[in-house]
Amino acid sequence: MLTKRIIPCLDVKDGKTVKGVNFENLRDAGDPVELGALYSQQGADELVFLDITATLEKRGTLVELVRKVAANINIPFTIGGGISSIEDVSACLNAGADKVSINSSAVKNPALIDSLAKEFGSQCIVVAIDTRHHQGIDLVHTHGGTKATSIQTIPWAVEVQERGAGEILLTSMDHDGTKGGFANVLTSAISHRLNIPIIASGGAGNMQHFVDVFTEGAADAALAASIFHFKEIEIPVLKHWLADKGISVRNS
Amino acid sequence: MRVAIVKYNAGNIRSVAYALNRLGIEPEISDDPEVLKSVDKVIFPGVGEASTAMSYLKKDGLDQLIPSLKQPVLGICLGLQLMCTHSEENNTDCLNIFPVQVKKFPFKDQIKVPQIGWNTIHDLKSPLFKGIDENAYMYFVHSYYAEQNPYAIATTDYIFPYTSAIHKDNFYAVQFHAEKSGDVGSQIIENFIRL
Repeated sequence: MLTKRIIPCLDVKDGKTVKGVNFENLRDAGDPVELGALYSQQGADELVFLDITATLEKRGTLVELVRKVAANINIPFTIGGGISSIEDVSACLNAGADKVSINSSAVKNPALIDSLAKEFGSQCIVVAIDTRHHQGIDLVHTHGGTKATSIQTIPWAVEVQERGAGEILLTSMDHDGTKGGFANVLTSAISHRLNIPIIASGGAGNMQHFVDVFTEGAADAALAASIFHFKEIEIPVLKHWLADKGISVRNS
Repeated sequence: MRVAIVKYNAGNIRSVAYALNRLGIEPEISDDPEVLKSVDKVIFPGVGEASTAMSYLKKDGLDQLIPSLKQPVLGICLGLQLMCTHSEENNTDCLNIFPVQVKKFPFKDQIKVPQIGWNTIHDLKSPLFKGIDENAYMYFVHSYYAEQNPYAIATTDYIFPYTSAIHKDNFYAVQFHAEKSGDVGSQIIENFIRL
């Protein structure tokens, strides 16, 4: 049976992972390829690399990162960060990326989702949605969750699917960084409304939170960053815990 | 050992090439019939949409060449579907190497389509799976599937059981992305290279 996926997310700036990563057994904890390979060995199901480099030569740094990851890691990975055109996506896929994630550029120009899905197939187009609860409604935010839009989250998720997204990466800005658990109510509402897989992100603090997001939240995959980077939760331990709780996972 | 990857608009050519590199093989990525006929092994990758892929293959005459190859050929993902007779994806006539129909997964019981993620393969019946355990996990991304058929060498359950790998004569094909299925996938590619 298809398993629930555990996805570590690595933020990369100027070719180095950011956020304090704490792995004494790595030669260079700042090397995204080495850290990604370690997660892969530990049983991560996929990886997400988010390039937060802000330069004019953005595409060059993205493609270079993709090439290094693809050459060295034998599980699927998604690349995101400032991708805004067919040319960007083509360059990343040709360099060996399995999927690309788009966010602000899709909000700014929703037709981009249609053209990417048509050109490359839905399976490689992940639309990231940053959402925040605001006066009783869930609103899409852009620019790393800092800018509110007037777009409501659930209708946007439906639109994203209709335009051809293959997956949604849903990050709750209310939960992100709190370690208080994922946004299960909203995740569940979107997962039940849509036919495409939902990756839940934001709020992971302990192993029970993963159980909750896969059951109450009906998520297909769960993404986290700092709890893995700081080894607060180790992936093999998490997967055994999930299996014990009756969640179908790949134990390697 | 010369290994060629069929060059057309498939999205995962680079990933397959990297997977071969990790096994110490530098593949020739080619649409040249002379190259494809002369190498020891041919890998026919595929990510994308069936009718578009078939039109690329027809443009270069690869639709005639691939079924005529004599050495071991391995189709991957859409490559498997294109080696069948017909796909429901945009009602596409395919290469007809395997007399098998490719259908779309139905929307049923809140089960997501496409199937994305790690699922198991069972009823393994081929040297391709030498050293691979029953119920090994492989990485799948697809909305269309091959109906159960007599050429099955692996089966996967999603909504219902379907054929996830096939073999006939010198032709082999897998629905999962062996090139992205960790060390187990790498072993399958190595087994193919050693056939």
